[in-house]
Amino acid sequence: MQQQSIHTHQFENGLLLIVEEMPGLQSAAFSFLVPAGSIYDGFGKNGSASMLADWITRGAGPRDSRELTATFDNLGIAHSESAGSENITFTAASVADRVTDGLEIFADVILRPHLDEGQFEPVKLGAEQSLIAAEDDPQRKAMVELRKLSFSSPWGLSSDGSLDDLPNISSDDVRGHHERCFRPNGAILGVAGNVDAKVVIEAVGQHFGDWEQKDGAAVEPGDCGPKRTFLEHESAQTHIGISYNSVSFPDPDYYAAWAAVSVLSGGMSARLFTEVREKRGLCYSVYASQASLKHEGRVLCYAGTSNERAQETLDVTLQELKRLGDGIDESELQRCKARAKSSLVMQQESSRGRAGSLARNWFFLEKTRTLDEVRQRIDALTVDSILEYVNRRPAQDFTVLTIGPKELKVND
Amino acid sequence: MQFHQHTLGNGLNIVAESNPSVHSVALGFFVRTGARDESPELNGVSHFLEHMAFKGTEQFSADDVNRIFDEVGAEYNASTSEEVTLFYGAILPEYLPQTFELLSSILYPTLRQDDFDIEKKVILEEISMYQDQPMHVAYEAGMLKHFSGHPLGTSILGTLDSVGVLSAEQMRQYHEDHYRAGNITLAIAGNFEFDQIVDLAKQHCDDWPSGTLDRPIHEAKPQGGTSIVTQESRNQQNIIQMTPGPAAQDELRFAAEILSVIVGDDGGSRIYWELVDPGLVEFAELGFYDYDGSGSYMTWMSCQPETTEVNLARIQKIYAKVNRDGVTEVELEQAKNKVASRVVLRSERPMGRLSSLGSNWVYRKEYQSVADDLTMLRGLTRDDIRKCLDAYPLGACTTVAVGPLKELQVS
Repeated sequence: MQQQSIHTHQFENGLLLIVEEMPGLQSAAFSFLVPAGSIYDGFGKNGSASMLADWITRGAGPRDSRELTATFDNLGIAHSESAGSENITFTAASVADRVTDGLEIFADVILRPHLDEGQFEPVKLGAEQSLIAAEDDPQRKAMVELRKLSFSSPWGLSSDGSLDDLPNISSDDVRGHHERCFRPNGAILGVAGNVDAKVVIEAVGQHFGDWEQKDGAAVEPGDCGPKRTFLEHESAQTHIGISYNSVSFPDPDYYAAWAAVSVLSGGMSARLFTEVREKRGLCYSVYASQASLKHEGRVLCYAGTSNERAQETLDVTLQELKRLGDGIDESELQRCKARAKSSLVMQQESSRGRAGSLARNWFFLEKTRTLDEVRQRIDALTVDSILEYVNRRPAQDFTVLTIGPKELKVND
Repeated sequence: MQFHQHTLGNGLNIVAESNPSVHSVALGFFVRTGARDESPELNGVSHFLEHMAFKGTEQFSADDVNRIFDEVGAEYNASTSEEVTLFYGAILPEYLPQTFELLSSILYPTLRQDDFDIEKKVILEEISMYQDQPMHVAYEAGMLKHFSGHPLGTSILGTLDSVGVLSAEQMRQYHEDHYRAGNITLAIAGNFEFDQIVDLAKQHCDDWPSGTLDRPIHEAKPQGGTSIVTQESRNQQNIIQMTPGPAAQDELRFAAEILSVIVGDDGGSRIYWELVDPGLVEFAELGFYDYDGSGSYMTWMSCQPETTEVNLARIQKIYAKVNRDGVTEVELEQAKNKVASRVVLRSERPMGRLSSLGSNWVYRKEYQSVADDLTMLRGLTRDDIRKCLDAYPLGACTTVAVGPLKELQVS
């Protein structure tokens, strides 16, 4: 694997910058994590972070909302702002020589947003429409609800917010969210592409160097949801969500857990696709994914199937999850490794992909991890080490959620 | 980047763009067949056949196909549209020979009866899945109504009934008629040697039957009108509006494309500022879609049911103004800058070049480099947009609404 040129720099105010120089590319991108995600929404105010992510670009620094958009477009900077559970993430991608312009504009957005009162109502209306529309999409709803049941509160809460809380969120609540949470200590900026690290470090220092530190906002951990949930819905298919315990991202078992899920669902030759779809034709969509946070992790599964075959689909899927500990073939592991290697190499073609990984890895691990290190960890996996993990932490104690016309029986 | 082209004796078109500085290679077989090439009794067969390709050949079983693709770490899949069935994969260069052999072979699958029976169930599940997605229901109904009486008004998935009665024998006949080398374009982008590609094609594709498909491409003349699909359990109203635009062979398509960005892009467009930014709708966008011989502007919108009529009227007002006054120089420049950046970012990865490389050949037998695309974009003027608007004004010839409403008045 090609040697990577990764530079890390921590500014005095705590802001952490990681830069990867990728001279073969034309583009550059960044991913900026600010510790202001939906876990900091506060009780009864779920949706504040999400609304802030919209409001914050409606005027900042010397520019109003339209001027900001025109500036981004004219510089050819593709950008996004979104709330996740831990962070609000700002991303930008452009031809490489525009990246410092992007940093300058985002300094206005992050440090000097207008948060004009007149723009708040449109933000709220937009958030409401989006939450109402989500109710019309049972597949999406299934996964939102499954997360809610699977992770402890407030990590499981939807980062899009909730229709119940939305009316109670005031403009001052959202301004307060910005004041409370936006801080350089805890913020992480990943930059990747055809850039010179020295130039980037200087530009970030210039634009974010005087950002003042403050203490982190508090989070009150709560419980997970019930293990069985059925939501009656007049739909063509029954939508099934299943989850069970796994490990956090920093956990030493993370790669074994990842490999176990890959055997189940990494690629079209993996077990769920083969057994549920290819052999029985029960589903179009069936998958499992590793959902690891900093402090906990779950495996989240989905299957969508016609109502009359839903019970069989649930039974077969659970069976596949449970029988993983019975044995894994060497060839299954080799395929996981091949897919991982390919995706690691291809990441080197994408400044966006790398910028996101740099920032995310630091958030979870508080250090960089090169593609080569990841590959070594994956190469070190053996069938025995994965089986040992699976048998130590078997798929059991399932959380099951179904959306459809009829409740199913969980035979676990 | 360097362009290469070759045609096999049987007519298989090969187009390639090599770029030694990238890490992967993407290849795709673009078969010029899709829903529009189906007779009514075969509705859904193109898409079903695309699935059946992965069920394998005499040489490769269904399990082999998925297993080998995963063994080489391929990012691979297939898709079916109204006009093209595409089989593609991206891999590391060392796996090119193996991947080429497999990907090319599945275009001529065995179509075993038991595989056919099981996969039919998967297709029926896919149809049901889309029935739960209101915007998809609106798209299907919109295409059916707008292109009624024209081949483009054929559903890609088909219906539970049409797929339900389809036989393996009918699929075999369709395959024999449509999967002919002259009707297929192999596109390759990324890190490879072209000589090797030609050798692989000779080795694996030389025995494919020759011939092309004669497809009528007369321009659609939509009758238009309004349809409502009432689904009382929905919360939002989902609307699609369609009106004719330039075809894939029409030079006006570049102007139409940039016009759709100025008027209806998902950010910073006229529709965005008028409807999305104030929170009047969940989303509203205008897109331009070009087909063989026909084209269409599509307006997509989702909003609260009771606001549908007034929001549609807002959009029509925007269209009327654009039709009358055109766009401003400032808007055009901003859209060009935005699109130029998208072109460059998308082109960086071989997978991002594949679609453009293949489509340009399938539709126009031409090659457009990234530089060509940017030159074309930079050269567009307000006059070009004026010409396009005169020939194809924005509007709402056809409207389909899916949601709780029982009636809808469209001005």
